[in-house]
Amino acid sequence: MKGQIDRKIADAETTVALPRQNGELVFEAPWEARAFGLAVALCEKGVYEWREFSAALASRIAAAEKENDPSDYYARWVASLEELAIEKGLVARGQLTARTARFASDRHEDHDHGQV
Amino acid sequence: MNRQGNFVRSESDAALRTRALESLLVEKGLLTTDTVDKVVEKYEKDVGPLNGARVVARAWTDNGYRRRLLENGTAAIAELGFAGREGAEIVVLENTSTVHNVVVCTLCSCYPWPVLGLPPGWYKSFAYRSRLVREPRAVLREFDLHLPESVEVRVWDSNSDLRYMVLPEQPEGTEDFTEEALVPLVTRDAMIGVARIDSPSN
Repeated sequence: MKGQIDRKIADAETTVALPRQNGELVFEAPWEARAFGLAVALCEKGVYEWREFSAALASRIAAAEKENDPSDYYARWVASLEELAIEKGLVARGQLTARTARFASDRHEDHDHGQV
Repeated sequence: MNRQGNFVRSESDAALRTRALESLLVEKGLLTTDTVDKVVEKYEKDVGPLNGARVVARAWTDNGYRRRLLENGTAAIAELGFAGREGAEIVVLENTSTVHNVVVCTLCSCYPWPVLGLPPGWYKSFAYRSRLVREPRAVLREFDLHLPESVEVRVWDSNSDLRYMVLPEQPEGTEDFTEEALVPLVTRDAMIGVARIDSPSN
C-alpha cells in the first residue's frame, strides 16, 4: 500500500477526469451513473435518509480497505445500495441474486460468483 | 450465495448487479427509469463547480452576502437557487492570509454536491482520505500548494449531515472586477482547499 500512497495524489485525477463545462466527467461508465441515480432517487422518494446510505457506504469502504479488496468506488456503492434495499424490504436477496444471474447468463458471460 | 460482506469483484459484475437492482425496483413500481435518468442528467450536466464559483464571486463582491454565507452557508447558497435534497448542511470556511482551510471526508466521499457537483476521483481515494488529516502540508505540496509555516492549516472532515466548502481568498488585482468577471477565476480545487486562486495577471 505504501507505494500507492506515495504516488502524487494530484496526478491521479488526470487518469479519471476529462475536462467538461461543469467541471469534469463524473462517471467512468454508464452503470456507475445508474448506480448513483438509483441511490439518489430512492433517497428523494423518502425510502431512506441520505445518512443511512452514507453510513452503509462508509462501512463498506472501511471493510474493503481493511481487507485490501481492490473493488472500485462505484462497485462498493452498488453493494451498499443492494444491502440497504434488502434491509428496507424493497427487494429480497434471492430475487436480486436470481435477476443478476439471469442477466449474467443473458450476456453469455462467465462470472464465477461462487454460486450454486 | 451472495451473502453480506461479499464484495463486488469486477466492473462487469457491478454493472450487472446495478441493472438487476434497477429492473426489480422499476418492476415493483418503486422507481421509473425516467426518475433515474433525470437524477443522472442533473448531476452530469447541471450541478457542478460553476455553482460554487457563483457563490464565491457573489461573496467577493457583496459584503452582506459574504456575512450571510459565513453565518449560514446552506441558506445563503439557497439564495442563489442551489439546494440539495439530501438534507446536508453546508458550512462555508473562509481562507485568509493566516488561515488555510481544506476539506476531506475521511470515511467515504461526503461533499457539498449543490455547489461543487460530484467529487473528483482523488477526493475519494484512500491516499487523500487517509493522509490529509495526518500530514496536510505534505499533501497540499503534492497539489503544488506551498504554504508558509506562518499560515495555519485547518482540516475539516465532512460527514453526511455536514459538508464544507472553502471560500478562497480573492486574488490580488481583481478588486475592481465585476461578479461576472470573477466567476471564471474560481476553481473547484480552491473551493476544496487544495489550491489557491492565482492573480489573473500571473
